[in-house]
Amino acid sequence: MSILSFFNRRTSAPVARDRLQILLAHERAMVGQNDLVGVLREEILAVIAKHVQVEPEHVRVKMERGDAISTLEVEVDIPAQAKVRIALSA
Amino acid sequence: MAKVLVVTSGKGGVGKTTSTAALGAALAQSGQSVVVVDFDVGLRNLDLVMGAERRVVYDLINVTQGDAKLSQALIRDKRLDTLHLLPASQTRDKDALTEEGVAKVMEELRAKFDWVICDSPAGIERGAWLAMRHADVAVVVTNPEVSSVRDSDRIIGLLDSKTLKAERGERMEKHLLLTRYDTGRAERGEMLKVDDVLEILSIPLLGIIPESEEVLRASNLGTPVTLSNPASTPARAYSDAAKRLNGESITMMVPQNRRSLFGKLFGRKAA
Repeated sequence: MSILSFFNRRTSAPVARDRLQILLAHERAMVGQNDLVGVLREEILAVIAKHVQVEPEHVRVKMERGDAISTLEVEVDIPAQAKVRIALSA
Repeated sequence: MAKVLVVTSGKGGVGKTTSTAALGAALAQSGQSVVVVDFDVGLRNLDLVMGAERRVVYDLINVTQGDAKLSQALIRDKRLDTLHLLPASQTRDKDALTEEGVAKVMEELRAKFDWVICDSPAGIERGAWLAMRHADVAVVVTNPEVSSVRDSDRIIGLLDSKTLKAERGERMEKHLLLTRYDTGRAERGEMLKVDDVLEILSIPLLGIIPESEEVLRASNLGTPVTLSNPASTPARAYSDAAKRLNGESITMMVPQNRRSLFGKLFGRKAA
């Protein structure tokens, strides 16, 4: 037992490598996800703005990651007096 | 055509300033004109490592705010005519450095020098962002240690998204400089190996700088290690790295522990 633990103590580098690989895979995915939400928000805003006048801050995009299912929540406030341009663009 | 290089890492204490001084001196030794710029506002240290701490009159912020001309703030190295230093300010007000001010100074430096080497502060805040903003090339300084590798990964992400080059849709050239490396410990599985770090960060290797007492000796003396003891292993590793930055292809040497025989004789305890 003492011999085994002696050798185990000496090879800590593989543990470091494995921990880093798992952690960074996770962290890179998180950063990518943040970007994805930003990109989605801008593109959704652009599509809506083609038809309805909306303020950029009235478009909210939220993504929740779950183990089995992930949800994308898009919330757009359209003011009552907003000009609708559907007729024009059609 | 001037090249702007940022020396960055995310984590503090991994050897950014030491590497800036050593690479700057090595590039200047090859006859090119070099300026090393300290971006660590409030905690300037490049002047001390370069041995120019008593010659600082004006600094980067004085120049960006128009209180001094660039030529007044630049300090020419006493050992190498081609090497210059633009020191950081000691002010506590970090917002004194503006994006426009930095852009103007960088433009002037580009016109004057072959290499503009920006020594980034630690962290991922404004100072680090300003230091990398104008870079054409990045040297990511990393220790073979988990927290340093993780922070380097974050910095690589920022280099690919927050620099002017990235915003123009161009690819940022990034190089890994592995510092404080101990070949013996890596071989015994006590330290991440070169290949481990390369596999995790997946950017090309610029050099491996061994853990060495020469590095501390050089900073004690205020002389870049490439000038204080050019024959030493860290100096040779830095000189090779500088040559690679110049586009030369030099075989990568994994530094060997000078005490390897000692290590063999006395086993693991000797390390």
